[in-house]
Amino acid sequence: MTTVQAATAGRFVGQAVPRKEDPRLLTGRGRYVDDVRLPGMLHAHFVRSDVARARITRLDVSAARQAPGVVAVLTADDLNAKAGPMLPTLFVGGAMGRGAPVVPLAPGDVRFVGDPVAMIVAEDRYAAEDAADLVEVDYDPLPPIVDYESALSGTGTVHPGWDGNIAAQMEVPVDPGLQEIFDTAAHVVTETFHQHRYSAVPMETRGVVAHWDPYREQMDVWLASQNPHEARLVFSRVTGLPENRIRVMIGDVGGGFGLKNFTGREEQVVVLASYVLGRPVKWAEDRREHLIASAHARVERVTARVAVDGEGKFLAAHVDHMDDVGAYPIGGGSAGAMVALFFSGPYRMGRLAWRTASVFTNTCGRAAYRGPWQMETTAREQMVDVVARAIGMDPLELRRRNVVRREELPYTMPGGMVLEHVSPLETLEQAAAAIDYAGFRASQAAALADGQLLGIGLSLYVEPQTGMGPFANEPAQMRIQPDGRVDVFLGSGAHGQGLETTTAQLVAEHLGVDIDDVTVHQGDTESTPFGPGTGGSRSGPMLGAAVQQAATSMRDKVFAIAGHLLEASPDDLAMEKGVISVAGSPQASITLAHVAGAAYLNSGALPPGLEPGLEVMVRYKAPAGMYSNACHACTVSVDRASGAVRVLRYVVSEDCGVMINPNIVEGQIAGGVAQGIGGALLEHNVYDDDGNPLAATFLDYLLPTAGDIPDIEYHHIETPASTLGGYKGVGEGGAIGAPPSVFNAVADALAQVGAHITDQPLTPARVREALG
Amino acid sequence: MDEIPVTMTVNGRRRTVLIEPRKTLADTIREDCELTGTHLGCEHGVCGACTVLLDGEAVRSCLLFAVQAEGHEVTTIEGLSPADGSLSPIQEAFRQCHGLQCGFCTPGFIVSVHAFLRDHANPTDAEIREGLSGNLCRCTGYQGIIAAVKMAASGNVPTGAAT
Repeated sequence: MTTVQAATAGRFVGQAVPRKEDPRLLTGRGRYVDDVRLPGMLHAHFVRSDVARARITRLDVSAARQAPGVVAVLTADDLNAKAGPMLPTLFVGGAMGRGAPVVPLAPGDVRFVGDPVAMIVAEDRYAAEDAADLVEVDYDPLPPIVDYESALSGTGTVHPGWDGNIAAQMEVPVDPGLQEIFDTAAHVVTETFHQHRYSAVPMETRGVVAHWDPYREQMDVWLASQNPHEARLVFSRVTGLPENRIRVMIGDVGGGFGLKNFTGREEQVVVLASYVLGRPVKWAEDRREHLIASAHARVERVTARVAVDGEGKFLAAHVDHMDDVGAYPIGGGSAGAMVALFFSGPYRMGRLAWRTASVFTNTCGRAAYRGPWQMETTAREQMVDVVARAIGMDPLELRRRNVVRREELPYTMPGGMVLEHVSPLETLEQAAAAIDYAGFRASQAAALADGQLLGIGLSLYVEPQTGMGPFANEPAQMRIQPDGRVDVFLGSGAHGQGLETTTAQLVAEHLGVDIDDVTVHQGDTESTPFGPGTGGSRSGPMLGAAVQQAATSMRDKVFAIAGHLLEASPDDLAMEKGVISVAGSPQASITLAHVAGAAYLNSGALPPGLEPGLEVMVRYKAPAGMYSNACHACTVSVDRASGAVRVLRYVVSEDCGVMINPNIVEGQIAGGVAQGIGGALLEHNVYDDDGNPLAATFLDYLLPTAGDIPDIEYHHIETPASTLGGYKGVGEGGAIGAPPSVFNAVADALAQVGAHITDQPLTPARVREALG
Repeated sequence: MDEIPVTMTVNGRRRTVLIEPRKTLADTIREDCELTGTHLGCEHGVCGACTVLLDGEAVRSCLLFAVQAEGHEVTTIEGLSPADGSLSPIQEAFRQCHGLQCGFCTPGFIVSVHAFLRDHANPTDAEIREGLSGNLCRCTGYQGIIAAVKMAASGNVPTGAAT
């Protein structure tokens, strides 16, 4: 095994520092959007379609308008003509393909169960919901389009008047050279993987409070969001107000996992309603709305064809990918191109060709969810095990033979992306050793002899960090105040990641101040620089680099002033806990507060030509490729009588570069793994054939509990990234690696008795059926 | 709907609110008592984010009407937090063990764990997992939460760690 040099932990960076966020959150003093109350605030409630596809033949809101406490009942006729474009900024200009034709309220027809038809605005939420019962809607139902087949059948379109149901498509066809590889390879293995619909489901649903003040000409918006600056752009377009008349504030956010990265339709409608009504309006989504009408994810199908030589080396692959993006996907609706580009993952795969298509259906729209193109890993890692079984080789050995090795880096993947600074083989070996792969194989055979089904599953992946378009740069602004305390202003939108803490650690380390003297500000567009929010596993590499660069630049300026005041060379200075000292002259020291006071209040004392003040603004630019990587390994037992799957051990070996805070790194891994195990075994946004969502409560949409998730064992390899500081992203990986490792473990268990499972989630009923 | 007065003791303070009889205890705590640490994650009694103590027993405040609390004692997350801004041992254990991320489910967990540890002084791992299974967390994978409960049960919680 290659020796990997672990980065040395600093005084603050690399330490498991307790979080700055925790005291307020632990005591119930957080401020989430539903905690905001304004004088005169009204409450919104949406009347939603209960059919999947229909023309609205009658909509009568007159009785609702007369109901006690009701201030307004708004329909498409009242709002739609007043709305500007509602698509995310990524789709402005059409470079990302055709976005869905989203409008505020259903425009004469409904396109999924949950489609908002009318909006009640009332003095309180109880009154608004009472009035909803008085809205009369008559529907003329049409045959719903609920799956790939009906979407492509040509019998109708989700969006009336559109040419078919294809939202996006892309093809790199099989050329004669590639065909020859498939024709002559020792083995060609083909398999299809269906991924089921499951979703982000943050514990805090969506929510917004909007307050249009016509006298200040100012729109204040409190929002549950990962991305306040994107939200401001969206609200600007939908209302027609200039961006600088809108202030978005996100406060504490109760999870997002991608769902809150882009601004939803309802949030825009509430802002528009406040603008139209001139009153503050709140909307707090309820859980039923969230489960049927916020956004779903993961509905994808991949047919993979892989050519393998006699020694088990991958020669070529073809990927046929399709995803269902629902009626109104938000923010990067299709995963297809990325699934194809990254399908080869951490392996040498020779040649790659693909065909992808995304289809609209009469279901809840797709949104980004923690690893939005994780199907490349979910399908590939299952495929590796399928190939291993087909050619009679152990899946660990097959991975060893094909994984890209450190000495091959930089490695150009067949999709064209260049892998660097990764350690897939090292994580594979570390995870295999930690779970005692060889020992498990022996005990597995013994268990089978006793009638027990045990299985082991591996999953190996590289995780790209988004650095394109609006995600290509990251700001950090730093000001040292005259008392020497540090304020940092970020363009992020943390929603549980602890960025206040990791940012303060970086500043304490690289500027040389006490961590308690650093205050981190984010989420308020009035004070923070424009930025891309928090998502795409970017905070480690991008925010980490931006903050470190700002701290280093600030230290240079502090030292320029301090050197002048101390009559010493700035090169001889060091700062610790806000005290600047001269190397070799411990008695010669000055406080940061003294330097800061001079910087603002005594310009005459500054070095000639130096601009007064201690203010730094950095905008870090992303390199072309940023990758972290990991290997997951788990063992399961399958109860032959009930079909119940139990995860016995779960091991993660990951490389997120230099760790800023190991607690936070492991917390991110654990949360992602739990979501992946939940997705593999429990969670499912079920639809029936008529397009009715059947999982509308937490009694039907099953989140994993403390009883379902085993102890997770973490192992780390630190290969520094090329970005400043060497930090990499770790937010999404757990949710990418976990589903295929669980699927592979169950498939491994079932294969011992000749059973095969193709449908998911792996509920007891499905597993029992597979066992026959 | 007509409003009626309801009197209960909330975090040691006797208070009377004027509410509709159909108003849930959760909404009453959040809106009329202005204690927003009690969170609403599902409003149908599954997620546990709205857990409060009613006469010392952990209950889901979204499943109770406020009128059912008439004459009773309600303790919310705010009532389990020392008034001087410090953390209780259970809260400190959650912080030390990284038992929270977004914090939305956290008040419900803290309240539930408060009742659980009162009734289970030396819980086994299985009892802890069972005891926590009525509260949902989407961020932590329960790893830090379980560790925090073990730390709090052991009594070895570091006090007043800096930052």
